[in-house]
Amino acid sequence: MISYGHHQYPGKLFVVEGTDGSGKSTQLALLYQWLKAEGYPVFFSEWNSSPLVKDTTKRAKKRHLLTPASFSLLHATDFADRTERDIIPPLKAGAIVLADRYIYTAFARDVVRGCDRTWVRDVYSFAVRPTVAFFFRAPLDVAIDRIVSGRPNLKYYEAGMDLGWSDDPEDSFKIFQGKILEEYDRMVSEFGLTVIDASRSIERQQREMRLLIGQHLNKKRRGKTY
Amino acid sequence: MVEGTDGVGRSTHIALLRTWLESRGHAVLDTGMTRSVLAGRGIKEAKTGHTLGRLTMQLFYATDFIDRLENEMLPALRSGFVVLTDRYIYSAMARAEVRGIDSGWIRSIYSMALVPDAVFYLRISSPQQLVERVLSSGRGFDYWESGMDLGLGEDFYDSFIAYQTRLLRVFDRMSLEYNFHVLNASRSVRSVAADLRRAVTKLIDEPATPNEDNVSPLIPVRDKSAPAAKTSTNVVDLNKEALS
Repeated sequence: MISYGHHQYPGKLFVVEGTDGSGKSTQLALLYQWLKAEGYPVFFSEWNSSPLVKDTTKRAKKRHLLTPASFSLLHATDFADRTERDIIPPLKAGAIVLADRYIYTAFARDVVRGCDRTWVRDVYSFAVRPTVAFFFRAPLDVAIDRIVSGRPNLKYYEAGMDLGWSDDPEDSFKIFQGKILEEYDRMVSEFGLTVIDASRSIERQQREMRLLIGQHLNKKRRGKTY
Repeated sequence: MVEGTDGVGRSTHIALLRTWLESRGHAVLDTGMTRSVLAGRGIKEAKTGHTLGRLTMQLFYATDFIDRLENEMLPALRSGFVVLTDRYIYSAMARAEVRGIDSGWIRSIYSMALVPDAVFYLRISSPQQLVERVLSSGRGFDYWESGMDLGLGEDFYDSFIAYQTRLLRVFDRMSLEYNFHVLNASRSVRSVAADLRRAVTKLIDEPATPNEDNVSPLIPVRDKSAPAAKTSTNVVDLNKEALS
């Protein structure tokens, strides 16, 4: 049997991870533009995007139907659909797939919600191992500031309100994000995540990413990296 | 719980059992696969489109299951109900296995399930008998019950036979592994129902062992302090296709 990490697809999979407000989506969008301009076939895939599961998730979140275990499995269902539809076919076709959030998001959130670490990892063992997984590490207060100042209305599950730590969404969000950051930190060595210091300028972070990604692209294109 | 392949009469027997139990003064909850508030509708919609991938399908079923377990079955058991379920985790595991999904993976997902007091397996000896029931029910062959997504046969009939034969084999094997109570479902409804009642009576009248342990632990919320585990080696063999 072939285990996680041994896929032989010709394509490359780059994923970005990090707490809310770490700036990872911005960086991924810049990367996308660059790779397209360089002439690579690029495919973009984001968390929570399965059309099959969307209605169920929306309803569940609105009506607060979820427990930690069903939250976990519903997101795993979404991720499986994404894997079967948006990730494996382009990889087989030799394209570059850029994923905004990947299994590590689930590992962090679900474990903070109280799910068993091993169980969650087992559930996601079907996932394709990324070529590089970037973890955008931002100091907690910076990340929280970016989110709270931009979006005063934190959503129920986003703020971890289902965990009952605080009745105040902002307090709850802070506690929740702090615990998520701890989980990410433990995963750096477990999964070999590439840490990007997200407190630096956008340009510097992007330059670093392009350099790292360039090493995995076809040689003839490498000269064009700037 | 009552298990068995498609069309063996599970729902008929559950309805009979429920009425009978209620007439004897037991409160009953009956539930079944894909009936959850959370995921039931989503699964039905996804199945209509025939675009449901193999892995996605298994996880959608698991989502449906956990929702019913936590929000229906556990509360009912805690308040002293008899819970009858039409299919449990075994059907989901059998369907996954027939689709070539790694059984270690699917079992680890369902490790959060509760061990049932009894699993009644309505067994039929050949898929041809199921065909008769499918036809006499008037609704005809169903895409998923015929395993059409697997491409096993040229038409619904061939595919149905091939698919149900495989399911039957998996069920028979699980029947030993999980100690199912096997009932020959080829007999009349009346005699199967009589057997079911006898078996259930025995379960209910037995001095109940304190049930608390049985009802509490859900594995996903088991141990917050466990050290980080390595990525499991139980993996679905998706990658095989790419290599072959």
